Amino acid sequence: MVISGWGRYKKIDSDVLYYTSEKTLREIILKHDNLIPIGNLRSYGDCVLSDVAVSSIKNRFLIEFNEKEGILSCKSGVLLKDIIEVFVPRGWFLPVTPGTKYITVGGAISSDVHGKNHHIDGCISEFVEEIEIMLPDGTVQKVKKGDELFKGICGGMGLLGVILQAKIRLKKIRSKNIIQRTIRTKTLEEIFQAFEKNRKITYSVAWIDALNLESRSVRGLVMIGEFSEDGDLSYPTKSIFNIRIDMPSFILNNPIMRAFNSIYYLKAEDSDRIVDIDSFFYPLDRIEGWNRLYGKKGFIQYQFIVPKKYSFDAIDEVLKTIKKDRVYPFLSVLKLYGRENNNFLSFPLEGYSLALDFKVQTGLLDTLSKLDKIVLKYGGRIYLAKDTLMSREMLETGYIYLDKFRNMRKELGAMKKFSSIQSRRLGL
Amino acid sequence: MKYILIVGAKSDICMALAEVYAKNNNNLYLAGRNITELEDFRRDLNIRYGVDVRLVELDVTDFNSHKRILSSLNPRPEGLVYCAGYMTDQKKCEESWEETLKTINTNYTGAVSITNIFANELEKTGKGFIIGISSVAGERGRMSNYIYGSSKAGFTAYLSGLRARLHKKGVHVMTVKPGFVRTKMTKNLKLPPLLTADPEEVAKAIYRSQQKKVDVLYVRGIWRFIMMIIKLIPERLFKKLSI
Repeated sequence: MVISGWGRYKKIDSDVLYYTSEKTLREIILKHDNLIPIGNLRSYGDCVLSDVAVSSIKNRFLIEFNEKEGILSCKSGVLLKDIIEVFVPRGWFLPVTPGTKYITVGGAISSDVHGKNHHIDGCISEFVEEIEIMLPDGTVQKVKKGDELFKGICGGMGLLGVILQAKIRLKKIRSKNIIQRTIRTKTLEEIFQAFEKNRKITYSVAWIDALNLESRSVRGLVMIGEFSEDGDLSYPTKSIFNIRIDMPSFILNNPIMRAFNSIYYLKAEDSDRIVDIDSFFYPLDRIEGWNRLYGKKGFIQYQFIVPKKYSFDAIDEVLKTIKKDRVYPFLSVLKLYGRENNNFLSFPLEGYSLALDFKVQTGLLDTLSKLDKIVLKYGGRIYLAKDTLMSREMLETGYIYLDKFRNMRKELGAMKKFSSIQSRRLGL
Repeated sequence: MKYILIVGAKSDICMALAEVYAKNNNNLYLAGRNITELEDFRRDLNIRYGVDVRLVELDVTDFNSHKRILSSLNPRPEGLVYCAGYMTDQKKCEESWEETLKTINTNYTGAVSITNIFANELEKTGKGFIIGISSVAGERGRMSNYIYGSSKAGFTAYLSGLRARLHKKGVHVMTVKPGFVRTKMTKNLKLPPLLTADPEEVAKAIYRSQQKKVDVLYVRGIWRFIMMIIKLIPERLFKKLSI
């Protein structure tokens, strides 16, 4: 079947194999080489692509929940959405969540995902107590936080083995509501100031209007939030809008998006609002298949992070470059990060990251290679879960523990067993 | 909270059904062969929906065991879904009596054996329901699938008679004709999307229709129309077709 990452830029015909039992999975692993474990295919680029993929999506069972400590054991194919639906009404929420709930637990660990609370709580791996993984030789190993293997698996893009199940510490909540404040900003300085001023607030993220960049002004909305204590734990499932076919790519174009961004910016109020989990954490999940809005050719998300010292200069330079090249991202998200963990391939480091969604268009690749140079210059790195085009040089400069990861792959005999187009491109 | 018995519980439709009934606050007995393979699923339903789910080892073709196994269930189930089914290649059936017998015994004889036990019990209590998953293939024997088709035809006729008997006692009997479904049983067939339902869609339709006490359910309405046409073709012409 033809599969692609969420960006739908690269597509390949791949054999997708499913398992629910260890026995089936072992047979699959022992039989195939260049296998890539996949989940719900929400990573953006080519990290999910290989001739043979093994999907966790049917291995979707909850195993045990310790109501006292909030520790959940579940199989790797469980979606974050399921965890939310089952546990929010009981007063528990994900300790860390990315901007979509349609990802698997296995995928979350393999990308060591982060969320709007990274500056306070770090990545998902902080809350993973134990992982059970099937290694290249078909043996199953229990890996605990602190083990070397743990550092490889979290963020390891599925290249060390297939995660079978995990234990995750959930977060106690007293409400499904979040008190959200929106701060309207007019310059990049103001955005950074808003982040720093509010760095004690648990959740923060900024939307940038990168289509209407004036020489001095960068319009932005910094959104910060804390869970309410109002005791309302209902979590009704809402209807979602579904896009089943590719939209003609002209639908998302510069004038329309420019107008949309202006309205979005001007309509935003500088005030406190009560919003629910879905509106605060997962606004894009409302539209199932929103990636199809970009048309047949798809889109590329370019997400980089730069150490705090240089964050402002780097982001300023990136915005100037896209403006000069007139290659505009339709969605731009800026975020503050806290301390770096010691997992080998985790993306976050202390600083700021910018994520830019570009429709695939002429001139894009040239612009992106300019952005690469800026990120390189300032000692930044690119998120492997989003990456489609990164060069080896870029990877090697950005990820300082890379050698440890490569050695671990060799020692486990994973080089031939597990690989993706991305891992072969980058020599992971 | 009442218990529902689902027979054939390892099939995709049954698992989807179990999920829907659990979600709507029903305790479950899941019955089938090598049922311990469903231990993960059982625990999952229990954590998700807080219902009691029990696994029952049952071979639908081992008729002599049915009474003993089913009478041991306590508390007694108030609803039965017979969902076990067996379909193999028609050619295989023609060549092998074992395959033919397995088809008939799973889809018809076993179904009747198990349903009979509950029919008598529910008739006495005067409440509850019986759902039989039959098939559109049972509406007319076609050369490409008539062994399977005839076993389902038998089951459909059985359910129809049973419905009339139990209706008078307040017990609801529903015949389900799912049409094409994307399952393990059909994963190697190329199926037309418009006529093909997902197990989840089938399960939801069954639950909704059972609540509304529907007699005969076509999961996708278009199948009622297709089968009407197929039944209207005169036999003289039908025998010349290779459908």
